[in-house]
Amino acid sequence: MALLEVRNLKKHFPLKTGILSRTIGHVRAVDGVSFTLERGETLGLVGESGCGKTTVGRSILRLIEPTSGQVIFNDQNLLALDRAQMRQARASLQIIFQDPFSSLDPRMSVGQIIAEPIRNYLKVSRREIGHRVAYLIDKVGLHPEQMSRYPHEFSGGQRQRIGIARALALNPMAIICDEPVSALDVSIQAQVINLLIQLQEEMNLSYLFIAHDLSVVEHISDRVAVMYLGRIVELATDRELYQNPQHPYTQALLSAVPLPDPGIRKQRILLEGDVPSPLNPPSGCAFHTRCAERDEVCAHQEPTFRDLGDDHWVACHLR
Amino acid sequence: MSGEIKPLLAIRGLHTQFHTFEGIVKAVDGVDMEVFPGETLGLVGESGCGKSVTALSILQLLRCPPAEIQGRILFEGINLLDLGRERIRKIRGNSISMIFQEPMTSLNPVLTIGEQIAEAIFLHQRTSKHEAWERAIEMLHTVQIPEPRARARDYPHKLSGGMRQRAMIAMALSCHPQLLLADEPSTALDVTIQAQIMDLMQRLKEEFETSIVLITHNLGLIAEMAKRVVVMYAGKVAEEAPVEDLFKEPLHPYTQGLLGSIPWIGRKLKTGRRQLQEIPGIVPSPLEMPQGCRFHPRCPRVMGVCREQEPAVVRLADHRLVSCWLKAE
Repeated sequence: MALLEVRNLKKHFPLKTGILSRTIGHVRAVDGVSFTLERGETLGLVGESGCGKTTVGRSILRLIEPTSGQVIFNDQNLLALDRAQMRQARASLQIIFQDPFSSLDPRMSVGQIIAEPIRNYLKVSRREIGHRVAYLIDKVGLHPEQMSRYPHEFSGGQRQRIGIARALALNPMAIICDEPVSALDVSIQAQVINLLIQLQEEMNLSYLFIAHDLSVVEHISDRVAVMYLGRIVELATDRELYQNPQHPYTQALLSAVPLPDPGIRKQRILLEGDVPSPLNPPSGCAFHTRCAERDEVCAHQEPTFRDLGDDHWVACHLR
Repeated sequence: MSGEIKPLLAIRGLHTQFHTFEGIVKAVDGVDMEVFPGETLGLVGESGCGKSVTALSILQLLRCPPAEIQGRILFEGINLLDLGRERIRKIRGNSISMIFQEPMTSLNPVLTIGEQIAEAIFLHQRTSKHEAWERAIEMLHTVQIPEPRARARDYPHKLSGGMRQRAMIAMALSCHPQLLLADEPSTALDVTIQAQIMDLMQRLKEEFETSIVLITHNLGLIAEMAKRVVVMYAGKVAEEAPVEDLFKEPLHPYTQGLLGSIPWIGRKLKTGRRQLQEIPGIVPSPLEMPQGCRFHPRCPRVMGVCREQEPAVVRLADHRLVSCWLKAE
């Protein structure tokens, strides 16, 4: 039994206009996403801006209320829980945000930020909270004397460490990492990636790792899902996905990544145009407007998400 | 680079500092570099290393004060820092132009795309307004914007990020500059759009024989686009080398650390390691630069001398330069 199972998750944002707020359409940010996350595993969720990857992460935690679907976490359907139950469930399912500048309260000290979830959820003495905070601060590589400082006194990488400590405060089983390193410089990015890997090994954490950087995702993930316009188009183990991509979009995406090796001259698949609007996604396969291999069927019929064997899933008529 | 070819741009002893309430920030602190005709020079470094300020100093796009630019910036032998405001304006957008990271903030929101491109042509090339407009449309066509005649009448907010960056490139190249300063031109874009923009820049460079200074923190882009690379750290040049040599055998411990810390596709499989190499610590604050070599607090091979004295830039064989005590004679 997977730790987290997402079934046919949808989030359609109504688009309203005028003083009467009439709904004139829906932005289909997430349009039928299914995947599982095993215990101790990292599932990478990649895609370009606007593909809905962040909305998936937030819908799972119900920070955004999904339109339909099921989210089974630890044998509980999160979407069926009431507020109080959901609050309890969030203790084991945490999130780290992209921007370490806006995700920490500037008026709370680091110690208070990390202690807050403990105070909110556990009935423990002040002393115990102090011990726990000191332990967490050490765990993420900060110094105990930094506990009374405020977020603005820290660099981006250190702030991300504070966010990680806060997420770890309640000993969660899984963490949704929403672009946790994309705002950081490369040398700092490596420090935070290493920290996440090390914490996972020590605490058997599961990560849903949401990012747009394909190299980072490949590095940290065990399996990778590629999203395009609100849907997963391909899902496989990282090795399989990067060595043997099947979906034309995945192939184009991977060929576009510049490699730090001047000797390699890659054959690049250049996609034409931009990602279409999720307000009015193309019929059939959403990628067909930009696909070099498109066939007649692609414009009319939506491809099913099929297993090609070895747990390599792809949504394409031609495979 | 061979000695016979004259550099198009030569920066000599550039110091750019900002006078702030907290003190003097030396953003660029004694930088030398050359750009040769027709080449792409990669300028890499992390935030705050001075790479953007170097580019802004070339075109004097910094408000002085608080900024103060010293040194020499020789463009075709003429020191740009000696020129008055009027003369530097004739160079900006004409023989040297620049594209920025965020095309939304660098385009004027109240003018149409076509008007903005035509303005540069009209001002620099002494054409009629009608001819400038026609050439603007031609440029939009060159950068592969579909329906250029209709798009020219659009305001920047109507275009996507990739299209805006194309419009920026069209504007920058509209007067066929000899030098293009591209400051993180694709950082705000998705990878597939980035690939389109890089492909476009490469083609236009060949077509117009423009020299490019590509400023980025993305080592993959550098490997793909640049011929020579300058690595900056904390306002100084740490290393300079032809691109193959830099990636094959980086000499400065900072460059080695940078290359070790980036995840690249296939790395995990090849090395069998999940942990990346780290550069410990953070970039120093520009207000409190460390004594001696600026990289010494983070350097894994630090020696006594590194803490006390700044290393000089040493010129090695094969057009390589490095500023490190390990390589000093």
